[in-house]
Amino acid sequence: MSRTILDINDFSMVFGGLRAVDHVDMHIDEGEIVALIGPNGAGKTTLFNCVTGVYTPSEGNITVAGPNSEIIRTNGKKPNKITELGLARTFQNIRLFSSMTALENVMIGRHPKLKAGIFGAIFRDKKTRDEEERVIVDSLKILKKLNLAKYANEPASSLPYGAQRRLEIARAMATEPKLLLLDEPAAGMNPQETKELDDTIKRIRDEEGLTILLIEHDMSLVMSLSERIYVLDYGKLIAEGSPDVVKADPAVIKAYLGE
Amino acid sequence: MKYFLQLVLAGLTKGSIYALIALGYTMVYGIIKLINFAHGEIYMIGAFTALIVGGALQITTGLSPLTILAISLAAAIFFSSGYGVTMEKIAYKPLRNAPRLTALISAIGMSLILQNYVLLAQTSDFLPFRSMIPNFPFLTPGKSLVTTTQLVILITTVVVMVILTLLIKFTRTGKAMRATSQDKVMAQLVGIDINKVITFTFAVGSATAAIGGVLIANHTGQINFYIGFLAGIKAFVAAVLGGIGSIPGAVLGSLVLGMTESFGAGYISSAYEDVFAFIILILILIFKPSGLLGRNEIEKV
Amino acid sequence: MNKIIQEIKKSVLSALWLMILTFPIMVIKVNSYEGVVLWRWKNLMWIGIGTFFLSWLWRFLLDRKENGPGESKPDADRDGKFSLRKALGERKVKIPTLAVLAILVLAFPFMVKFYQVGIMTSALMFVILGLGLNIVIGYGGLLHLGYAAFYAMGAYTYGLMYLYWGLPFWAALPLGAVSGAVFGIVIGVPVLRLRGDYLAIVTLAFGEISRLLLENMSGFTKGPEGIAQIPRPGFFVKLSLQGATTYLFYICIVLVLFAIFVIRRLEDSRIGRALEAMKEDDIAAQSMGIDLAKTKLITFALGAVWAGMVGVVLAAKTTYINPGSFTLMESVMILVAVVLGGTGSIPGVILGAFLVTLIPEYFRALADYRMLMFGVALVVMSIFRPQGIIPRVRKRYLVGEDKS
Ligand SMILES: Nc1ncnc2c1ncn2[C@@H]1O[C@H](COP(=O)(O)OP(=O)(O)OP(=O)(O)O)[C@@H](O)[C@H]1O
Ligand SMILES: [Mg+2]
Repeated sequence: MSRTILDINDFSMVFGGLRAVDHVDMHIDEGEIVALIGPNGAGKTTLFNCVTGVYTPSEGNITVAGPNSEIIRTNGKKPNKITELGLARTFQNIRLFSSMTALENVMIGRHPKLKAGIFGAIFRDKKTRDEEERVIVDSLKILKKLNLAKYANEPASSLPYGAQRRLEIARAMATEPKLLLLDEPAAGMNPQETKELDDTIKRIRDEEGLTILLIEHDMSLVMSLSERIYVLDYGKLIAEGSPDVVKADPAVIKAYLGE
Repeated sequence: MKYFLQLVLAGLTKGSIYALIALGYTMVYGIIKLINFAHGEIYMIGAFTALIVGGALQITTGLSPLTILAISLAAAIFFSSGYGVTMEKIAYKPLRNAPRLTALISAIGMSLILQNYVLLAQTSDFLPFRSMIPNFPFLTPGKSLVTTTQLVILITTVVVMVILTLLIKFTRTGKAMRATSQDKVMAQLVGIDINKVITFTFAVGSATAAIGGVLIANHTGQINFYIGFLAGIKAFVAAVLGGIGSIPGAVLGSLVLGMTESFGAGYISSAYEDVFAFIILILILIFKPSGLLGRNEIEKV
Repeated sequence: MNKIIQEIKKSVLSALWLMILTFPIMVIKVNSYEGVVLWRWKNLMWIGIGTFFLSWLWRFLLDRKENGPGESKPDADRDGKFSLRKALGERKVKIPTLAVLAILVLAFPFMVKFYQVGIMTSALMFVILGLGLNIVIGYGGLLHLGYAAFYAMGAYTYGLMYLYWGLPFWAALPLGAVSGAVFGIVIGVPVLRLRGDYLAIVTLAFGEISRLLLENMSGFTKGPEGIAQIPRPGFFVKLSLQGATTYLFYICIVLVLFAIFVIRRLEDSRIGRALEAMKEDDIAAQSMGIDLAKTKLITFALGAVWAGMVGVVLAAKTTYINPGSFTLMESVMILVAVVLGGTGSIPGVILGAFLVTLIPEYFRALADYRMLMFGVALVVMSIFRPQGIIPRVRKRYLVGEDKS
């Protein structure tokens, strides 16, 4: 039995009068690919935002396994602290650093793994120079992993849409996460690109030993990738289990098809 | 006790003036999310217009003070609104889709332009402003406590607020304004002409600021080209204090600010009067950025 | 033809409107002491004529901005045409240019009249201030309107420490830098949560509070009268007025070079990239592990350091400081230099600082119109050229094909 790396307990998020996420329990174990699905406005992105520290959860506990398997409560922690704990994410409405090149975007992702401070920058000692050389090499490697090497010197905003989505993944991977959270990685992709993404996600999971939680509307991708699925509807968890179980669940069918 | 009451009245008077200016900030911010840095200048121009028009009438005609007051107030409202609307067309409209900081820099530029325009076309000195508000004899018993001008300021502010509230609640344009401030895209979809709403907002905001300008000039008895800066900043503080975008908030914030300044100056030290406003601004933004009556919004990610 | 008539109509309408609008302020002048009213009808005519043409130009420029200039291709000057930037980048041109420039700069104090040296020193001080503010606005994307407070901090560090302890210039210079940076952080902490325009207003508030405190704590700071007779720096021996001024000129040159060096190194580093990321998208940056609070404080400190140093130089140059030198207008002027020259661009900011200080200095007739022109510059630049006169060329990290 592998250890749990993300545990969400009785968690809710309230905006003004709206309960966007309502008493949800979830857990992700090491090495899994888990999908989080649900109709538009179900609260999926909100859950991501709370897990990654962009919002502070209104109620409940979110815990993450620390470097020595200790359990760390992340409610109210800053996003960068959570990134340092090994969580990294992509954004549904792409938030690349648009005037930077693809390579530079990934270099930003390396930030928490680098050391140089102000004095390193000004005096540019040997250590800093080595680090700067390494970050370019490492970033290029990551770009290659996601088939983005040919765009390395292109500004992120000029990349084709599918490539921008992959660049978001590359940038997140640069932080060397344990758990990668992907918010609709296939949105706007054509079937060909989606198929490639499917392969890429499986490959990086195997090569890097990643755990993945993904939000996705493309059901074929969800069914192909995920080992477990959670279904949210109006903020409530309405089903959970293997793809086959979820597919057959009447509550899920009702949520998607309406009455 | 009398000193206390005097401070209360002074605070209310100040607060009223701030409120008349703060309305413009808050309405404009509600609609185009811009801190109209030059709004204080509109208030200054209102005061100047009244001084010029009133002065010219005083010298060249034999009209009664009240008639002159009415005409110069009307002129101030007309011209201030004109400046407000024109300023929007020139300096802000081309920047609607630009980054907000760019628009803010343009607004700072506009503020410099208007200040120096008045300085160059008129003077850099303080000009005496002969009060046009007559003394009402029926006030004599309370005279040592409240001046006629103070009373006029308070009453005018209340009347303006009532009219404005009615305007926004019940007229078509008012409803369009509210719709636009809630969701610009939706408002456009249902056929609201955003340009018209923005023009109207600037016109109304400038008009109330002009009234504030005329009143304050009558109250303090002198004006110069720079009075808009500090008053503008303070009214902005008031708007933020009340919750920017909220009209009742702007009024509440202004009164709180006016009182704080009045009591701070009265009991602590008048040298630090301006510091209080800035300290309030900093505290509110740190501890309750949405202000007293504003909605607490979390940016969607 | 029809279009021209249309345009004429629009221009006439604009002119009429502005003539009405500016009528009371431009035409009437009341002298209530003597009871006379001055009617300056000529002004009205100028407004009319001016608006007619300017509004035409304005619409033309707006139209061009929205629909592009039409014929000229964006890549045209990259390939065929001569590009100054490219030429300067070449070794063969760059080294002689720099050499000539260096000789000119070094010889400057001996080539011109003495008072010119003073003016140029002020311009150089402004260059350093611009470069400092540019770190905050251009790299960090944080609009700081209280920058003059850091400048004041430096000046008063020297002024007060001299007053109470007799501290010399060379000890004050590093201390001014440190106190600038510390003050940058002190003001930075409370505003960490604020963004964009709110940040601008609150920093403005802090700037004003600082000045008001300097004015009101008369016991300690000497209040509005300020501190006088602060010594100029000596060069082993006490220098004459001319000597000291020339000396300060060279000190400023060194400081400018030092600032450029530091800023260029920062740009090309992990910290610089973090600033850039924060400017582009602070939420994404944070999600990439960048500590926003720390990065913002670093930005403020790095920006304020320079103002602190220039403050010390100011105290030494004028030998007298008072709170009146550190008003909001000072902050705004530095902002104008940055925005006019090119936000984020080192050559741009240098040019901007020279323009802002030297134009009113050498065109005395324009001095009265200085602030009006700066206002116009801010509006016009925001609308037509937000990237400034010399736009920034970002340092790019690129990889060659062979490396991959
Ligand atoms: N910052 C916010 N402020 C107020 N309401 C919000 C905020 N963020 C999300 N919401 C609301 O919370 C609900 C859930 O939104 P969320 O974005 O989490 O849905 P989602 O499941 O990701 O939908 P989609 O599939 O369309 O991306 C929606 O009703 C949304 O309007
Ligand atoms: Mg979503």
